[in-house]
Amino acid sequence: MKIDAIKNGIVIDHIAAGCGMQLYNMLGLDKLDCSVAIIKNAPSLKMGKKDIIKIDSHFDVNLDIVSFVSPEATVNIIENEVCVEKRKTELPERLVNIIKCKNPRCITTVEQEITQEFVLTDRKKREYRCIYCDTKAEVNR
Amino acid sequence: MRNLINILDLSVEELDELIAVADDILEDPDKYREVCKSKILATLFYEPSTRTRLSFESAMLSLGGQVLGFSEASSSSAAKGESVADTIAIVSGYADIIAMRHPKEGAPLVAARHARVPIINAGDGGHYHPTQTLADLLTIHHEKGRFDHLTIGLCGDLKFGRTVHSLIEAMSRYEGVKFVLISPEELKLPSFVKQEYIKDKKIPYVQSTSLDEVIGTLDILYMTRVQKERFFNEEDYVRLKDSYILTTEKMKLAREDMIVMHPLPRVNEISTAVDDDPRACYFRQTYYGKLMRMALIMKLLDLKV
Repeated sequence: MKIDAIKNGIVIDHIAAGCGMQLYNMLGLDKLDCSVAIIKNAPSLKMGKKDIIKIDSHFDVNLDIVSFVSPEATVNIIENEVCVEKRKTELPERLVNIIKCKNPRCITTVEQEITQEFVLTDRKKREYRCIYCDTKAEVNR
Repeated sequence: MRNLINILDLSVEELDELIAVADDILEDPDKYREVCKSKILATLFYEPSTRTRLSFESAMLSLGGQVLGFSEASSSSAAKGESVADTIAIVSGYADIIAMRHPKEGAPLVAARHARVPIINAGDGGHYHPTQTLADLLTIHHEKGRFDHLTIGLCGDLKFGRTVHSLIEAMSRYEGVKFVLISPEELKLPSFVKQEYIKDKKIPYVQSTSLDEVIGTLDILYMTRVQKERFFNEEDYVRLKDSYILTTEKMKLAREDMIVMHPLPRVNEISTAVDDDPRACYFRQTYYGKLMRMALIMKLLDLKV
């Protein structure tokens, strides 16, 4: 399958296969007016299979979200069909207002104004916990 | 400014300091009668509690301070929908220190972020109850004379029992400690508590569903109540509430120097006949709790005699 190269915009490459749609939703790409392509299960020498997202305009990508969903992903900035910058993501120490705590006993479930905050508690397992109730973040990775 | 949200907010050295002050208060309470003169403690209890609230109030009054507050959410502005943050911002202007109990986990941390005075977590849902742990630690210090090389049995509701989680966290810092976890399958210790404070620290532990089988191995038996308010489903509560009842018969299987602790209130998990056994120290534990709260209030207000 072939999708045209973009002129000016962003390519999020090396997304773990199956995580593309989740990343699309969490980055809020559904709200963009420009063309956005999600390529699922593209062949990859390094990963076997990968997902790719191509965004046909410049968009301020939240690297914390990319790293949280798929730490191996790279964010490439494209200008005049040339990759001018490759941003490697790193697992963030803190996730602020990116995911919500699912524990029905957590204070954040009743007081909506409170900042949703998670801290990285286990880098190896990529495990985050709610700072208020210590509940582990649920992610479909 | 310091707060006490989780027992781990205090280092082992700070715990030792608090214990030393509590010991001194026990020795000479008169010396402390005016330490908190002109200071006000606010007790904000969004969930009913007799023991903890009265213990805090008695602690402050014994230090010569004054108290104000509410004892249930319905008698506060929370009933009108006021946020924790707003309530705390306001009460910060009325009191020098705040003790707060809330049914939702993490509420005291929210409070600490908006307060201009120290916040003490007096229990947040099934999460933490650090001042109960302070009471537990002073009890162990007085009744056993040490914190290391103890086999501690925790019995009953280990899933929602916040005092159990805090005690495990605190005791896991001492050498030679061993845990015996006694509960029905449905109320087992949450895996993250077990992983973080027992397995990761390579602390030996035994898991059992039978109190009779393990009671003879214990230095401390920490009993807990199966708490109705932690269940969403009445049926589950009824099925599990009578899982473990400590009787005089069971006490015959225990060591002569084992102590029985309980955060109270008890419902029926310890038969009243056990109260006369000198090994039962749950009523003494409540007094130790008051002494530790006195020491804690002084520490957070940076007051000394």
